[in-house]
Amino acid sequence: MTETWPRRLLASLVLLVPPLVGLVCVLLGVAPSGISGIDAAGPALTLMLVYFWTIFQPALLPPPAVFIIGLLQDTLSGAPIGLGTLILLAVQQFVARERRVFTARTFGIAWFGFGIVAVLATVAGWLLGSVHAAQLLEARPFVMQALLSITLYPLVSWLFGQIVRGLKSLEAFR
Amino acid sequence: MRQPQPRFNSFAAPMKVLVQRFAFVALLLLSVGLIILGKVDSVLIERGRAVMVDLMAPVLELSSRPLGSLKKGIAAIDGWFNLYEENLALREENERLRAWASTARRLAIENATYRDLLHVRAEPGVRFVTARIIAEGGGPFVRTVVVDTGTDRGVQAGQVGLSGSGVVGRVLAAGTESARLLLLTDLNSRVPVALETSGVRGVLEGDNSSLPRLSYLPGGIKVHPGDRVVTSGIGGMFPPGLPVGAVESVANGVVRIRPWVRFETLDFVKIVEYDAGIGTVPDPEPPTGPPLPSLNAAPASGAVPTPEAKPPAAGQ
Repeated sequence: MTETWPRRLLASLVLLVPPLVGLVCVLLGVAPSGISGIDAAGPALTLMLVYFWTIFQPALLPPPAVFIIGLLQDTLSGAPIGLGTLILLAVQQFVARERRVFTARTFGIAWFGFGIVAVLATVAGWLLGSVHAAQLLEARPFVMQALLSITLYPLVSWLFGQIVRGLKSLEAFR
Repeated sequence: MRQPQPRFNSFAAPMKVLVQRFAFVALLLLSVGLIILGKVDSVLIERGRAVMVDLMAPVLELSSRPLGSLKKGIAAIDGWFNLYEENLALREENERLRAWASTARRLAIENATYRDLLHVRAEPGVRFVTARIIAEGGGPFVRTVVVDTGTDRGVQAGQVGLSGSGVVGRVLAAGTESARLLLLTDLNSRVPVALETSGVRGVLEGDNSSLPRLSYLPGGIKVHPGDRVVTSGIGGMFPPGLPVGAVESVANGVVRIRPWVRFETLDFVKIVEYDAGIGTVPDPEPPTGPPLPSLNAAPASGAVPTPEAKPPAAGQ
């Protein structure tokens, strides 16, 4: 460990990147798109973030970061506080445990894996939300969110991939 | 078979794995604790949320701009494709509205005259502030929006949010510079309403779908698609007579209402404070412009109140 302080500073700055991307995802998710007016919900960007980074750079997105992202999302979106957080933490743990399956060489398998995770997270969200509200929640927004998330995953994961590539080149530079 | 090593994890220290496992369990329990706390002491949690949203309001405002312009751009492009049909429809609507406007002006004058004659108590002052939507739920759990105006401009929990076309919802919680509105469509939204023509009362229950349910109607009431629904003012949360929507469908005893407000294109909300007590009817102000020339001048001449028209008991 003979790292000079600028390098260590750089390393800690790199640690901030995925949570900051998470913050952007949260802000985009709650930006007024008008989607709440129709029977739909926006794509679960934070779910994609947690899935992606848990597969590719788990060290850069530790559970506390996931917790803060989830909490911020719950707070701003008006959802029951702690509910989205719980789901994101569970997704992180699930993906981390099954990384052998999800760390795919081909994109198709990664996409398929995300599809499974998205469906599980959606069902869990609907169940927990229904228990919380003490009545069955309208399922359509959940289904729409899952479909939209799965459809948009290739694009979003490509964007995340660019960020990871940038971080990697930084690392090589070190 | 070896587990494939993460490719770019040189930032991680091996000790972290154990710490993270512990952190995960702790955070999981913390989340569950927060959910339970939100159920037990929702006031505390909502206050915390309002403070947090207040802190984030400048960021939300900034981040809502690009998407807002994107939304407008899409709407503009969408508009170009049916300019012709829209123009025709608007022209026709304009004709109809022109006729209504002259009727409304005549009635407003007539109404003012009668109020004067009957010495009706002056309308309570209605104060309002127009706020821009800077965030919305976005997720499948709730139907809420956040606006950029809070207690520093007089917004308080319980006030009514209106758009040009009808009721949007009510203020759930207000911070200093932001407030959260519960939309009509939200799961927790309950608005006492009445059918406009018959006056039959019911409750508009949101269920997170775009078409809230009209419930608690008395038995034997016939409801037809197209029937207009207004607030009934029962309970005092909403003043009576505000336009809400129209009956969309009646199926298996479930009456669904399509709100007049188009939430998907909503940018601004008028937050209104009615300092009236329960039961008073807030009327729109009579138009200030000169009345349109009436086709038959006879009723117009009698519409202006004269001192002789007042009842003799006026002075007592």
